[in-house]
Amino acid sequence: MFNLLRIAVRNLRRYRRRTILTASLIVTGVVFVSVFVAVSGSFKNMMIGQITDSFLGHIQIHRKGYVASIDSLPLTMNLKSQAVKKIDEAIKGIPEIEAYSPRIKFAGMFSNFVETTNIKINGVYPEKEIKTAPLFLSRIREGEKIIKKGEILVPELLAKGMKAKVGDMVVVIATNKDGSVNGKQFRVGGILESVTGPGGRDGYIHIEDATEILRMDNMEISEIAIRIKEFSQLHETHNKLQDMLSKERTEQGKPIFEVHTWEKLSPFYNVATMIDMMTFFIKLMLVAIVLISIMNVMIMAVYERVREIGTIAAIGTLPGKILSMFVIEGFCLGLIGAVIGSILGGAIIFVINFSEITFNFGRQKGLILSTSVNPNDFLVISVIVIIVSVLASLQPAFKASRMDPVQALRHV
Amino acid sequence: MSLVVAENIDKDYQAGEISIKALKGVSFQIEQSSFVSFVGPSGSGKTTLLNLIGCLDKPTHGRLRVADTDVSTLDQKQSASFRGNHIGFIFQDFNLIPVLTVYENIEYPLIMVQNVPVQERERRIMSLLEAVGMGEQRDKYPDQISGGQKQRVAVARALVTNPNVVIADEPTANLDSKTARMVIDLMKKMRDESGTTFIFSTHDPRVVAEAEIIYTLEDGELTGREAKGGTDDV
Repeated sequence: MFNLLRIAVRNLRRYRRRTILTASLIVTGVVFVSVFVAVSGSFKNMMIGQITDSFLGHIQIHRKGYVASIDSLPLTMNLKSQAVKKIDEAIKGIPEIEAYSPRIKFAGMFSNFVETTNIKINGVYPEKEIKTAPLFLSRIREGEKIIKKGEILVPELLAKGMKAKVGDMVVVIATNKDGSVNGKQFRVGGILESVTGPGGRDGYIHIEDATEILRMDNMEISEIAIRIKEFSQLHETHNKLQDMLSKERTEQGKPIFEVHTWEKLSPFYNVATMIDMMTFFIKLMLVAIVLISIMNVMIMAVYERVREIGTIAAIGTLPGKILSMFVIEGFCLGLIGAVIGSILGGAIIFVINFSEITFNFGRQKGLILSTSVNPNDFLVISVIVIIVSVLASLQPAFKASRMDPVQALRHV
Repeated sequence: MSLVVAENIDKDYQAGEISIKALKGVSFQIEQSSFVSFVGPSGSGKTTLLNLIGCLDKPTHGRLRVADTDVSTLDQKQSASFRGNHIGFIFQDFNLIPVLTVYENIEYPLIMVQNVPVQERERRIMSLLEAVGMGEQRDKYPDQISGGQKQRVAVARALVTNPNVVIADEPTANLDSKTARMVIDLMKKMRDESGTTFIFSTHDPRVVAEAEIIYTLEDGELTGREAKGGTDDV
């Protein structure tokens, strides 16, 4: 094997210019793909982090059917205390869960005594909400970074439209599930920065204020948002939770709860899927570049060395070894391209991070493009390049191994 | 038992729709340790016959036995293996592998074909390098040595596997007369030392003069056999 490798490397050095040209093509492809994967992956992860850590949570539990009518925030589909207790027990049995936050969500009217507009209200336990959505506090642009009883955090756009400032008194009016209209006066405790997707126009109050407006004698919860310790375990944790809660059934045998990951709840998931698709096609382009360039070089190599192939075949080299000789040559070309490309790609990613390039996403401005280098990405790209290189060499190598020595020795 | 036994060999080639008879009913025997030359004009079938004896090609009809093996029945893999173990080749254009040094060119069949252990390899190569007078050029590449030196390396490469037969197709055609003489002397010396049979084709009368048995081919037919000390009609 070492001798085949030695011959392959020397043959690559023999046609130095061609080897450099082909390797450069592969290097360019690997650099392009690795930088794209790093940038797009980081962008995707950052946006997922923003969405889940700002308000959505990683997983949410609702009463069955709630998500289908989530736009109207139906109070009739809230979870009663007994159901919440069951969820509590299930959550406690899953060590992967870091925190959870019960929420009461309802639609209401927001009035500054001059104008009135509609608003979506989230009643939350402040401590639980902050543990479940750790970036929540960073969204408070003005006012104290806390949710106090008797205060409301107003979304930025709504505050602007209603000319509400921190310290102003406002009224929130809502209809409870029995149909009676109730109102409560609040002090504007803070202005909330908008986020992408649903929840960008939601106001926040203390959960006890929510029960007061809705005149709930027994607290009923609209949703429970969950944060898990390791994001990579999202689906395992979701499945575990789903399995535990699917045992809970109504008298008619229908499931009581529905459990969703953030993917089912945020439209950004479609953008994330598109990014994945683009990454896939970029990788496909890399495969094409490597396949065509290696195949071209190896076909040329076989054509130029017909007499040499005839000689080694005449001497008694078995067809399998002749095949290996050319396949190893392609393998080496792929390996060189993958290694140099990965090093260069890593260097470019480092420069991007060092430059702290900023970008805007929706209403969020000045986000820093922080690309993360995952060694697995480089490994996957390199393995793809090497496998494709070997595959591209197979046809010319097979042709060389099957060559008739008499014909090959006659070749001029 | 003769080393090479050819019985009524025919070899036909297809050139488009035309069938060419390269060899017609050729029969002969070659003994171990012979120094045999096939002579004849261009197109007489010399190279075709050497290709058959060298197990690079198969006869269309007839039987050909080399070293007690019916080579006409071997498949591609068996043929390659047989060549690697029983036959050495010396080519008109030397055909050294350009990316390997003199030493590595001689070493090639021992590694790639016979899997000879490293110490035995070194012993055989060094002894042959000395025998062909290329000891000091061992680390040079083929493009750094002369034509005569290349052919000496080719002789060493052909002999390093201890073959029964060395096939040499026009081995002196690309050499000047002095170098050609040197190569022929070397081949004869190696025959005397190792007992290997040398079979070669040539146009060169000086080379023919050195052969112990001379077969004459004309239009694919064996028309004469001349042994040192007597002439036979075939």
